[in-house]
Amino acid sequence: MKVYADNAATTKMSDIAIAAMTDCYYKYYGNPSSLHTVGQEAKEKLEDARARVAACLGCEPKEIYFTSGGSEADNQAIISAARSGAKKGKKHIISTAFEHHAVLHTLQRLEKEGFEITLLDVHNGHNITAHQVKDAIREDTCLVTAMYANNEIGSILPIPEIGAICKAAGVIFHTDAVQAVGHIHINVKEQNIDMLSLSAHKFHGPKGVGVLYARRGIALQNLIDGGAQERGKRGGTENLPGICGLAAALEDACAHIDENAAKVSAMRDKLIAGLSQIPHCALNGDPVNRLPGNVSFCFEGIEGEALLLYLDAYGICASSGSACTSGSLDPSHVLLAIGRIHDVAHGSLRLSLDHNNTNEDIDHILTAVPQVVSLLRNMSPVWRDLQNGTREYIL
Amino acid sequence: MALYSEVVMDHFMHPRNVGVIENPDGVGQVGNAKCGDIMKIYLKIENDIIVDVKFETFGCGSAIASSSMATEMIKGKPISEALTLTNKAVAEALDGLPVHKIHCSVLAEEAIKSAVKDYYDRNGISYDPKFFPDCEHCEHCE
Repeated sequence: MKVYADNAATTKMSDIAIAAMTDCYYKYYGNPSSLHTVGQEAKEKLEDARARVAACLGCEPKEIYFTSGGSEADNQAIISAARSGAKKGKKHIISTAFEHHAVLHTLQRLEKEGFEITLLDVHNGHNITAHQVKDAIREDTCLVTAMYANNEIGSILPIPEIGAICKAAGVIFHTDAVQAVGHIHINVKEQNIDMLSLSAHKFHGPKGVGVLYARRGIALQNLIDGGAQERGKRGGTENLPGICGLAAALEDACAHIDENAAKVSAMRDKLIAGLSQIPHCALNGDPVNRLPGNVSFCFEGIEGEALLLYLDAYGICASSGSACTSGSLDPSHVLLAIGRIHDVAHGSLRLSLDHNNTNEDIDHILTAVPQVVSLLRNMSPVWRDLQNGTREYIL
Repeated sequence: MALYSEVVMDHFMHPRNVGVIENPDGVGQVGNAKCGDIMKIYLKIENDIIVDVKFETFGCGSAIASSSMATEMIKGKPISEALTLTNKAVAEALDGLPVHKIHCSVLAEEAIKSAVKDYYDRNGISYDPKFFPDCEHCEHCE
C-alpha cells in the first residue's frame, strides 16, 4: 500500500492541469512576444491564463506577474518593497520567526545591507497575532511580510487582520501564500493584501511556475532583466505551458475549496486524534486555525529521519523537521520558533494530506506510526532514561 | 530510498545486537540529544574477549546502521582488536555513507572506545588517555 502524505512538499498534478499543459505544448508553441499569428495565439493564451488567475485571487489581470515559483515571487516582493522603502528613508521590515527560507534568507541579505528586521515571536507556540504586528510597526517600517499559512506546522495566520492594520498604517503588506492558495479562501482586495506569492505545484499544478500578485501602484524591482515580458518586470520568454497548467490547476482548486477542505480536514482530525493517543507526543501548530491537510507532531525519545525511513518501508511518504533530514545540525527553525527544544524537535513528523487521500490511508498511517514510534523508542537510550526516571519528560 | 546503500538499509531495518546487557562489564555513551544522536554500547568481557555486545541508539537511519555494524565487527573479538576499529572501517563495511552522515560512524567508533575505557576504569587497568577522545567536545556538536 502506498500512501502519499507529503502534499506540503509537493502535490501530484491533476489531470486537468496535465491536459491544459499538453494542449499548450501541441497548439501554442509560439512566442507570445512574436508578431505573427502563432505568436499572437500564444499571447492570447497567456493573457487568458492571467485573467483566470486574477479572478481566483480577486484582483486585476495586470496585477499578476508570472514567475518561476514561490521563492522567486517572495524574493522579488521583498526586495521591491525594501528598495522603495529605502528611497523614502524607511529601512525597517517586520516578519515572523517561522517564515519559509525564501523569505528569511532574503531578509538576512537585506539586514547585511543595513535594513533592520523584526521577526515576531510565535508567542503561544502556535501562531502570531495581528496585535503583535500592530505593536511592531514604526514610522520607518516599509514592509510587513507574513506567511498566510505555515508549511511545517499548518498554522493559518490572521492575514485579513494584519492586512487591515498595514493598510491603516500605510505599510506595504506581502504574504507568502504558497501553502494556502487553492486550499483556503483568499481575496487579496478584501483582505488588504498588497503582494502575494504562490506556487503552482502546491495545488496540483506543475513545478517551476508561480505568481507574484502586486497591487497596482507597487513599484516592482526586476530580479531578472531582459525583454519586456511581464510588463517589463520579469525578463525571459514566458513558460506558457507551465502558466496554462497553473491557471487550470488554480481554477480547479478554487472551485472545490469547500468540498476538498471538508473532506481533507475530517481525515486530518481523525489522524490528529489517533496520533494523540501515542504517549509523550505533542501536536505542533495552531489546533484551530489550521490548514485542512496539515498534521504535525513531535514524538519524544526518537529521531525523525529514522521514523521516515521506517514509514517509507510501510509505503508512507511523510516529512520531518529533524536535523538529519535537513542536512544541517539544527532541527527546523520553525519547530525551534514554536518553542520545541532540540531534543524533541528532532523527533518531528509532518503528514500533509490532500483530497486524493482516503480513509484507508488514514487507517494505515494510524496502524504504522504507533508501531514505528514504539520500535524506535525500544532501541533508544533516551527513551530508556525517560522510562527509568533518569531523564525528565518534556512532552 | 536511494539515500543509503542496501547494507545500511539492511542494518537499519534489521539491526543486530539491539538491547541492553544486564550487569555489563563496560558501558559507553556518546553524543547528545541536542545534536540528535546518542549511542550507548554495553560490553560483556571475558578474558579480554568481547563475548557479548549490545547497543541502544537515538538517531537517524545511518546512526542505527552504524551501531549495528560496529557491534557485529567487534563481537567475539579481543579488546585490543576492538580498539583498532575505525569509523572508516565501519563506513566501508556499510558500503559507504553519505558525506554528511560520516559522523554516525565516528560516533560508533567512539562509543566502543568509551565502553572499553569504562571497562578499564572499573578494573583499574591503565591506558593511554590519548586513545580515548572526549566526544562531548568534538566539533560536530559545538
